[in-house]
Amino acid sequence: MKRAALETIVGIFVLVGILCLAYLSIKLGKMELIGGDYYEVHADFASVSGLKSGASVEIAGVEVGRVERIVFEPKSGVARVYLRIRAGVELADDVIASVRTRGIIGDKFLQLKPGGSEKIIAAGGRIRETESAIDFEELLSKYIHGQVE
Amino acid sequence: MPNPVEQLGALSLSLLREMGRMVNFLVYALYKIISSPGKPIHILKQLYFIGAKSFFVIFLTASFTGMVLGLQGYYTLTKFGSEGMLGSAVALSLIRELGPVLSALMVTGRAGSAITAEIGIMKITEQIDALRTMALEPFKYLVSPKIVGAVIAVPLLCAIFDVVGIYGGYLVGVKLLGVNPGAYFHEMEKSVEWKDVYSGIIKSISFGVIISWVCCYKGYYAGHGAEGVSRATTSAVVMSSVLVLIWDYFLTSILL
Repeated sequence: MKRAALETIVGIFVLVGILCLAYLSIKLGKMELIGGDYYEVHADFASVSGLKSGASVEIAGVEVGRVERIVFEPKSGVARVYLRIRAGVELADDVIASVRTRGIIGDKFLQLKPGGSEKIIAAGGRIRETESAIDFEELLSKYIHGQVE
Repeated sequence: MPNPVEQLGALSLSLLREMGRMVNFLVYALYKIISSPGKPIHILKQLYFIGAKSFFVIFLTASFTGMVLGLQGYYTLTKFGSEGMLGSAVALSLIRELGPVLSALMVTGRAGSAITAEIGIMKITEQIDALRTMALEPFKYLVSPKIVGAVIAVPLLCAIFDVVGIYGGYLVGVKLLGVNPGAYFHEMEKSVEWKDVYSGIIKSISFGVIISWVCCYKGYYAGHGAEGVSRATTSAVVMSSVLVLIWDYFLTSILL
């Protein structure tokens, strides 16, 4: 086989392979090549049970970011959730963050209810208003033991 | 008649010796890749032989694997009323497990056996000795390009396998069985993490090393005559397939 033909075929093969690899890692694996179009804010929750890092952050049902990481704050005894919000999305400083479940057994995600304040949370800032995860078992046991008001 | 204890000892020693020789072979080959890299044309030829020529066999097996996953996944998931999860079931099983392993097994069957036969025949017709007589390093021409070629080609084939399989599952799940196409891709994108893709690629790189290593070794130490080559080819295919599956288990437990 001629060298040029060999090189062409190998070139096509490598190109197809790399395209597939890129599709897998960027589209499916959500690998970020450019990290500049996000900013980080954090929020403290009394309980985040079930929320995982990588969970989506939604406003009005539209994904605007992801949960970056969740750490325990020993001083105040709360869970601190770091969120990566897309750069174009501005959050008022009275926005309410709540941990919600998709359906009854679905994934946990973070819902942001937009506030009316004029002030905008800066990068690295904190969301003050939070609502913890609804504990479905607790609700159920309250219902069974008849303590629902 | 030697006693059984003696036989056991002899068997263990010969196994140990074989393993030692194999490890030596790999270390020497890796050393040769770094110390005296051959011409790129040799690697290019191996990329063509191991990679490009395996494309159609990979395409065929991947599309049918994806299609059967779509069928089986639909059958199971429909019992729970969650056909929407079909995309993530197909994609995760392909990317994490089936893509790397099946593409490695196909490469073993198609290219690995040929590597062993090629080197084995060169061995029994004393071409390897001839190379050495001319002060040419046989590793540089025979072994190193094959290992480098396999390490590059196998992960690429695995990526092709994954993507083709995902679209095979799409074909059956969405076009034939009527799963919502948006749900198929959305669930898939939601559940596949970078870690899954990464561990699949690490797996298939290591499978590339295993296949080329075992197949070159078996050919290089083939016995005498045509029978020796045939035995070497058989044992190369069996051994690399078994090693791929065993190594897959341990690698998965490390990477998980």
